[in-house]
Parts: sequence; C-alpha cells; structure tokens
Amino acid sequence: MTRNVLEYLERSADRFPEKTALEDDHEKVTYAEYIKQAKAIGSYLLRNGLEGYSNKPVAVIIDRSIRPVITFMGVLYSGNFYVPIDYSLPAERIRLIYDTLQPVAVIDGRSGSNKPVEGAILFEDAVSEAIDEDLLKKVRSEAIDTDPIYGMFTSGSTGVPKGVVICHRGVIDLVEAFADTFGFDSEMKHANQAPFDFDVSVKDIYNAMRNGASVVVVPRKLFSMPKQLLEFLTEHKADTLIWAVSALRIVSDFKALSSDIEKPDFRYIMFSGEVMPIKALNYWMEHVPEPVYVNLYGPTEITCNCTYWIIKGRQDELKALPIGKAFVNSKVVLLDEKRENRVTKQGEIGEICVGGSGLALGYWNNPEKTKESFFQDPAVTEHPSLLYGTGDMAYYNEEGDLVFAARRDFQIKHMGHRIELGEIEVALNAIPFIDTSCCLYDEKRSKIVCFYQSQSDDVKAIARFLADKLPKYMWPNIYKRYDRLPMNKNSKIDRVRLKEEM
Amino acid sequence: MEELLRIMSEVRPDIDFETETRLIDDEMLDSLDIVAIVTDVNDEFDIEINVNDLLPENFNSAEALYELIRRLQYE
Repeated sequence: MTRNVLEYLERSADRFPEKTALEDDHEKVTYAEYIKQAKAIGSYLLRNGLEGYSNKPVAVIIDRSIRPVITFMGVLYSGNFYVPIDYSLPAERIRLIYDTLQPVAVIDGRSGSNKPVEGAILFEDAVSEAIDEDLLKKVRSEAIDTDPIYGMFTSGSTGVPKGVVICHRGVIDLVEAFADTFGFDSEMKHANQAPFDFDVSVKDIYNAMRNGASVVVVPRKLFSMPKQLLEFLTEHKADTLIWAVSALRIVSDFKALSSDIEKPDFRYIMFSGEVMPIKALNYWMEHVPEPVYVNLYGPTEITCNCTYWIIKGRQDELKALPIGKAFVNSKVVLLDEKRENRVTKQGEIGEICVGGSGLALGYWNNPEKTKESFFQDPAVTEHPSLLYGTGDMAYYNEEGDLVFAARRDFQIKHMGHRIELGEIEVALNAIPFIDTSCCLYDEKRSKIVCFYQSQSDDVKAIARFLADKLPKYMWPNIYKRYDRLPMNKNSKIDRVRLKEEM
Repeated sequence: MEELLRIMSEVRPDIDFETETRLIDDEMLDSLDIVAIVTDVNDEFDIEINVNDLLPENFNSAEALYELIRRLQYE
C-alpha cells in the first residue's frame, strides 16, 4: 500500500530515471536528479537540527522555478511537512503566517537572483549535502498516511489567515482518483500555471509524480501575453492544463486561439477556482476541440477537488455549468441551513458538505476554527465521522449533477482565490482616515467594490496602505466614498442598499 | 495621455505610471491588470488592441502604450 507520496517519486525514478521530471525556463531535472536532490535536502535538514522532529512545519520560500518543488520533497524526506511562502506578499501578512505557523526551519527554495532571506537555509547549501540513506530510511519507517504533507494559508474573516493542513493520504486519494477517472499516464506533460502556494499546483506536482509524467513551470509574465504563452506551451510540448479559470480566460478574452499561431496538441484542459463563463469555454472548445475538458470543484480543505464534470460539446450560454458528481472515494452531500438534514430533492438548495480520505487534518494551531468548520455528519450517530462545510450553496439538476448556486456568507471567489470580505474590511478600517467600510463583490464584472466613510478621497493612499497588508488579489477594484455610509435598522452598515447602489 | 494615465491609475492606484518603465518585465502588472486596462483603453479610445499587440514592449510604460494607441488610431 502507498502511505507516503515519496513512494511515487521512488517508483517513477526507478521506471524513468533519465526522463525529464521538472523543467522551467532556466533548468530541468530528470527523475534520477529529482530524487537525488530531494534526498540531499532531506539529509541536510535532518543533520542540521531537524533530527528528532517529525510532522512539524518547514516554511519554503517559493518562486516560479522547479526548485521549490524539489525542496518540498526534501522536506518530506525529513519527515516534516512543507508550507509554501511567497515573499512577494506584504511583509505584514508573512509575519501573521509565521506567528501562527511557528516553523521549525525556513528554506529559501528560490533560484538565484533574489536576495536570500535572512536566517533561511539556502537551496544550494541543502542540495549539496551527502545523502544519508540510513537516516532517511529510519524516518520513513515511522511514516503513516495521516501525517501532514503540506499547509496552505487562506483568507480568514478576522484578519488572520488560516493554515489548512493536508495529509499524505489526501494527496494519494486525489491522484489515484484522477488516474482512475481520467486515464492519466506517463506520456503527459503538465503546464503548471498555479503558484505553489495555491493548491491547484498540487495536482500538477503529484499527478505527474505518480504517473512518471513531466511538469513544465510556466513563467508568470507569460500570462499577460497570451500569444507568447501559447508559443511557450507549443515549444515545450505541454499537453495538459490544470489551471485556474482566470488563466484560461486570458487566452479566450484576447481571442488568442483565433490568430494564426500554432496551437499545442492539448490532451486535457481542466479548470477550477471559480465559475467558468460559458462564452469563454465555448470559445476554447471551438478552437481546440480535441482535449478532454473537465470542470473541477472543491475547497482546499478536501485536498483540491471533490467533484468533477466532464464537458461534452458546446454548452448552452443560458445554463450554469454543473460541478458534477463526487470523485470516487469522496463523500459529497447537501445539508440544510442548520446542517441537520440532507437536501436530496432536485432543485432544492443546500450547502455542499464534504468528507472522506481527502479531508484536511484541520487548521494549524487554530482549534476554534477547526471545530467550527469540521463537524459531525448528522446522518452518522454511531461513530465519529466528519464533514467540512464549504459555505458553497448548490442544487441537483435533472441529471442529478450538482450545480453551484451562491455563497452562504461573506466569502467570495475572486481571480480563483477564496477571500473573506471581512478580512479586507479589517485592513481598511485600520487606515487612520477611514471611519468605517464595507466591501461587496460585483459578480457580473468580477470586481471587489469598497464603500468607505471618510472625509478624504485619497484613493492612492488607501491603495498604498492596503498594498502593505493584503495580497494583490484582495485589493478592491472600485472605491466609493461616502460622508456617511447607510445604516439599517440594527445600526449595521446596510449591505442590501449598498448592493443596489453598486 | 492624461486620459490613459487616469485609466491605468484606476486599475492600479498604487503604481506611479508616469515614471515606471518596466511594468511587464518586473511583473508589476499581472494578467488581470492587463485585461482591465486593455478593455478600458479599447472603449475609451475606440480602438481594438488585439493579441498581436500584447507584447511586453507595448506595455512596459504608459508612454509605450500611448504610442500603441496612437498607431492603432491611425490605422
């Protein structure tokens, strides 16, 4: 049985030692090199303070190169788990993450050009360590499949990000389900779009590793330049895109596929993160009809995805795209408002609640939030059985497929990221010249609208302030100043009225 | 030019577009900023920036983008 993802790496390194496993626009490694470098990093960590530590967080500073991925595997060889950290985030947010995380080590997994982070272990140092097979073997002998594998931080409504902790079994369950469901194989080449601190990238890393396939990391700036993006994909013979909806939309919004440039031979195009506009999907399917198109759905807390819908042909622009049915070995149910009863009638709306092997271990160092979000399945009274409440409301259509309807709270999906509007408001209200504020999401235009009460209309100052606190995807896109924000009967900001004024 | 600076500042109030010259090369603008700017520019200047114009050299500075707009207006 497979109980640790490194077994995938070991098997693929046995089967395809000379094959390219990972590449970016500067360097590449074969499977033999991949495993060798990961083992060296693992040995380095164990010899430099981590021996005796297991299942503890190691922060890995990431960029858009293959090195963070190799570093992740190195951390796993040490018997600990990795937490990707993007140093282009505001320093304040990184500090909040470190406060919660208390990492036992920090590794700068970036390639070259960046100034190394003070106190961090350098990739170059760790990777040149001699491999200690005996030590690694000893660490592995104690591994079980519920050990944590990675932590990813998401937006929290109180202003403090939450660290979702996923276990090896969750990732194993995910890639086995993908292989069974979609027929993934060793010939595939995944074009990685998602940053490594975003769990969409987990699917590139581990599907490829399980199957002995390859991953090419696409440079970020190509996503502004769709023609060059397609040229890159063709040049690197990438055939599998597991991307955020927003990234696929760059290509369709600019009608990049209509131009006379060579199109890559795509096999799979899968997307998730937010609702795919049917127009964009139809554009893709019209211009590249060959690949298998799949709509994927799931929160980070269930290890990436729990439902899928294979798209067969052109879609009706007036209908919502279903998120489909549960993956094999995943429990996906709808519960009523009190989370007491199952909703099973067609067309009736309930909250998507998920359980199974992919369920997260919880939020790191946050028992309250964990208890709130992971609760006993009301249909099971005889033994513990947990569900995660996604906050996503959905219904079953005539075919019995799930269709996303709305959110139940103030969380939104914007540019593929989960955002608590409350977290933006906390940051806004901390600005000295803002009395109070409210953020709403304009779904039609995909814009975060900020309503604020202030005597000053210095939007530049607000923007600069937020840039120091929040990641870019959380910045409001539209600002509306009020002398007084409208209040409702309960003396709260009247969100309903503001929504009308949007 | 003033109109263009207004559009760009609306999308990214935190950037000083009068002085920056490496907007793409330094990854200051991301893909969604580009989409937002291009959409507004197309509307405001009644032109169509197409995929062949989406090159770093046309977007690295407000001035470069302004030149592209002028070029497309002439065509």
